[in-house]
Amino acid sequence: MAQIFHRSTNTIARVTIFGGIFILALLSWVWAELYRSDYSTEVNVVRDQPVPFSHKHHVSDDGIDCRYCHTTVETSKFAGIPGTDTCMTCHSEIWADSPMLQPVRDSYQTGKSIEWARVHVLPDYVFFDHSIHVSKGIGCSTCHGRVDQMPLTWSVNTLFMGWCLDCHRTPALFVRPRDQVFNMSWVPPADQPIQGEKLVKEYKIKSQTDCWTCHR
Amino acid sequence: MKNTDESGLDLIRERLRGARGQEYWRSLDELADTKEFRRFLHNEFPGLAGSWSGLINRRDALRLMGASLALAGLSGCTSRPAEKIVPYVHPPTEFVPGKPLYYATAMVLGGYAKGLLAESHMGRPTKVEGNPRHPASLGATEALSQASVLSLYDPDRAQAVTRNGRITGWLSFLTAMSERAEAQHLSKGKGFRILTETVTSPTLAHQIRTLLEAFPAAKWHQYEPVGGNSARIGSRLAFGESVNTCYRVDQADVILALDADFLCSGPAHLRYARDWAGRRRAHGGRERMNRLYVVETMPSGTGAVAEHRLPLRPSDMEAFAHAVAKEVGVAVHAPGSSVPEAWTAALVHDLRQHRGSSLVIAGEFQSPAMHALAHAMNQALGNVGNTVFYTDPVEARPVDQIQSLRELVDEMKAGSVDLLLILGGNPMFSAPADIDFAAGLNRVETRVHQSLHFDETSRLCSWHIPEAHFLETWSDARAYDGTTTIIQPLIAPLYEGKSVHELLSIFLDEPNRSGYDIVRGYWRNEIAGRDLDEFWHASLNSGVVDGSALPVKSVQLKEDWTTSITAITAPNASEIEISFRPDPSIFDGRFANNGWLQELPKPLSKLAWDNAAFLSPATAERLGFNHRDVVELVLHGRSVEAPVFALPGHAPDSVTVHLGFGRTLAGKVGTGVGFNPYLLRTSENLWAGQGLELHPTRKQMVLACTELHHSMEGRNLVRVGSIAEFEKNPGFAREMGETPPSGDTLYPGFDYSQGYQWGMVVNLNACVGCNACVVACEAENNSPIVGKQEVANSREMQWLRIDRYYSGDKENPSTTLAPVLCMHCENAPCEVVCPVQATNHSSEGLNQMVYNRCVGTRYCSNNCPYKVRRFNFYQYSDWVTPSLKPMRNPDVSVRGRGVMEKCSYCVQRIQEAKITAEKEDRLVRDGEIVTACQQACPTQAFTFGNINDPDSRVAALKRDPLNYGMLAELNVRPRTSYLAKLRNPNREIEKE
Repeated sequence: MAQIFHRSTNTIARVTIFGGIFILALLSWVWAELYRSDYSTEVNVVRDQPVPFSHKHHVSDDGIDCRYCHTTVETSKFAGIPGTDTCMTCHSEIWADSPMLQPVRDSYQTGKSIEWARVHVLPDYVFFDHSIHVSKGIGCSTCHGRVDQMPLTWSVNTLFMGWCLDCHRTPALFVRPRDQVFNMSWVPPADQPIQGEKLVKEYKIKSQTDCWTCHR
Repeated sequence: MKNTDESGLDLIRERLRGARGQEYWRSLDELADTKEFRRFLHNEFPGLAGSWSGLINRRDALRLMGASLALAGLSGCTSRPAEKIVPYVHPPTEFVPGKPLYYATAMVLGGYAKGLLAESHMGRPTKVEGNPRHPASLGATEALSQASVLSLYDPDRAQAVTRNGRITGWLSFLTAMSERAEAQHLSKGKGFRILTETVTSPTLAHQIRTLLEAFPAAKWHQYEPVGGNSARIGSRLAFGESVNTCYRVDQADVILALDADFLCSGPAHLRYARDWAGRRRAHGGRERMNRLYVVETMPSGTGAVAEHRLPLRPSDMEAFAHAVAKEVGVAVHAPGSSVPEAWTAALVHDLRQHRGSSLVIAGEFQSPAMHALAHAMNQALGNVGNTVFYTDPVEARPVDQIQSLRELVDEMKAGSVDLLLILGGNPMFSAPADIDFAAGLNRVETRVHQSLHFDETSRLCSWHIPEAHFLETWSDARAYDGTTTIIQPLIAPLYEGKSVHELLSIFLDEPNRSGYDIVRGYWRNEIAGRDLDEFWHASLNSGVVDGSALPVKSVQLKEDWTTSITAITAPNASEIEISFRPDPSIFDGRFANNGWLQELPKPLSKLAWDNAAFLSPATAERLGFNHRDVVELVLHGRSVEAPVFALPGHAPDSVTVHLGFGRTLAGKVGTGVGFNPYLLRTSENLWAGQGLELHPTRKQMVLACTELHHSMEGRNLVRVGSIAEFEKNPGFAREMGETPPSGDTLYPGFDYSQGYQWGMVVNLNACVGCNACVVACEAENNSPIVGKQEVANSREMQWLRIDRYYSGDKENPSTTLAPVLCMHCENAPCEVVCPVQATNHSSEGLNQMVYNRCVGTRYCSNNCPYKVRRFNFYQYSDWVTPSLKPMRNPDVSVRGRGVMEKCSYCVQRIQEAKITAEKEDRLVRDGEIVTACQQACPTQAFTFGNINDPDSRVAALKRDPLNYGMLAELNVRPRTSYLAKLRNPNREIEKE
């Protein structure tokens, strides 16, 4: 009986089988890369805000402490977003007529809140607490980057679970002295693992990797 | 479940012949081991097959699954939704975003207040707890107050002022009423009537009195379908005046409850339950432990924990009380009762032995004569001043409310009422059937009704004013001992709600006066001379007005009090009697639209989403009815249809029905649930009636009864002993089961040498089955409700259930209640079967359930010997209704479909306490973490804490000889353990 398929089809079949696997792997890789890319995580992407607020100007130029606006960062889960009142403490006097600040003045007069676009978005099943991180010596810039150099705000970290766990597993690599928590320009010393280990002992930091630490 | 032939009562009786003594059973079906029960047991989720519609074949199902998998993958490609942060414009100074605030307030039920601390997240009340400083709460809450948050956010609440069903707004009501008030001034209020519920609020009482001065011919009526009417009349029979009776249960060694469910209902039950439980600790020995005798018709929580319980039908109750009264030295004629003489004699002997430390309590729903008898017995036993004390009435005006309502309806029928304000209540639904409220109401020209919901009464009224919920209003109210609480709102009214004070102020020529001004204005006058601000802040802060408890009053029995008690006649033995009781969950019907309460399995019957005609198994058999047969109940010509429920321990020859069901206009949840016993209830037969007939209808009904759900199939789950046994062998409970050595496992152990190790102990000796913990858990953990059909399918989502076990004679079994929640096993069977590690072990011994990892295989639930895991078969949580969103606890995920969930030991509270402690550089203190169930429990049955700390209370209890692990023989090493139940029986009744 004559062969229906030519010999060369064997090669085609092999290529197709392995090619299929290869294509699947490629697709998975592309998907994973996309998922991790800035496009998807919006890392390094500036959000449009109702008022073009510059952390760079307020922190670096004016020297305002983080806690002047983010008042509850040491006491609560939520760091706090300043009310219009806080803006107006200064801006009723300086730049009082700036058109850029019109939404702030509107808000103050109408009593309607300014709606800021959230830059650091955590999924609803993650329960994060700022206060405990701050009190254990995790600085603002560790997660939020050099906000003092951001004219408009963007995020520098993905906030992926793996990223959280990097620190939760080995806090010694990231912890800093408590008095440096709000210092934006703090850089880890060359012997951070050794210094960090000391701080971990001093601050009684435990590696918290139980699921219910964050998910519940 | 349908009844088949083999589950008939004949068979049960047959099987029972071979039954042995001390075995525990959960239902009559289980007792008889019917095929029905077997089938139920082997099918863990019996409703699963039923929910398959059959419209789809296997291939289509696979195709759909494939498609949904692909689409689910695609949905992962969308970018994250943009979120907004909306800060305050002028941030309130007391708010720390992310930290809840607590405000003292009170919930009023039947006029009486129970103190609460309401939790507020950024201005949204999400949960209530008891106020430890309030005498009627002592920090505990009841199921009804736990569920009040859901009532606040109920989307079916009345939302606008309406006239004849059309929205008009508050202003047009103001205008209309101002005109009416003027007209009434001309006639001095001749046709002006006010109908309220029981009033203890000093401000409201003052307003009404002022109003009656301004309109001298106007009248104030009160009607409350469930309440202490008999007690009011009874105290007048005995003392010639209205007095308020309070008990010091902690001082009582021997308690006789005459159909009194004093541990689970009434204005002071939280306090009494705490005082009672305080005398149930084993280590005080025989002398310390109290002894409780209960005679009752319908099995109750109080009856379940009694040493000696006797089911009696209503008419026998009075004969029994007379017999006891005569024996303890009260000059009454006793015609003899059906109770075995030996039982009565032993009881009487016990009471007389404990002169001055005994206590006789007559139930709220017994006749006035019974209350008078109880007063006389307490007097004769020297209890007054020791375990009983009297005060002036707490109510603003104690009246016979049936009489009050009848007078009002007679006047309305005569056409002499032209303006009627119905402030709260739903008399169209709840008035006695012989008082034709509708006929009277229709003759009134202007009918104003104020209530939370647009209900049966609102429909017949010309105006309806939405009532502001108590969490939205300024008011005040008094507790059982007179202690006053100023009720403060936590949130501005969600809708156009007004408080009763604001409504009445229209007629006091003060329209638009705010509730705050009215209440504060009253107290300004009341405390004249003292600093108002200081008083106000102190009272609001503590939740009680200092020194407002009423002083003890000494009263004397009237000389001729016995003549006012009509001589009792021997009851007609052949007649069936009926007794009416408020529903343990939805009370008089006012909570009918509250899903948490509707879905709550009732304390003893474990019935949810329905009421039933409860009768004893023997009576059901005699009358030829099977469980769940629908019968027609006929009482003096009035009839309703009701499903039969044969309840072990119910009194023979009588039927108990629960009020509050059969609402026709309650809302989406409550309308059309159950049948309406108010249709049978007349002013003559308020709580009990004779001459009930039951006619078969050949219909059957599905009842959502959870008594068999999550069955753990026999074994020594609950362990009970007497105090004598305990003294002989303190470790008896542990010896009832075997505990394998801890190393007996192939899996590596966990290291707890550092940090915390959480654990819980549940004291079976304290649980009265009141369900407060169950609702507290739902409120704390955002649990959804599933509806009647899903409950019937065993899919209720409550993380905590209260198992009820019977042993002994089915006509009067002894009952044991056991709260069952996740045991957080050390060798957890659920953990090892999860294919995705969605449930695993924490470093502090918690058995973690991670929702965002769960793929819904349900292996864990299948492998759980305690059956405490709950699966979201459908999207049970309401993610759509806007008004329900602010209710949720922001610290707990709202679960979606296809996810397993279970008790977490309130891990959000653990985390919060740990973070606080870490920030203060210390360890979590013992007692700092309180789980929701523990916090709600009136008898302190739950203890939670760190087992690693040998000084913690939980560690001490774990060392207690009574401590045992449920199903510990499976070597799962449960972290939640139980203290065995101890009884203190009278040896004259129960030979050892």
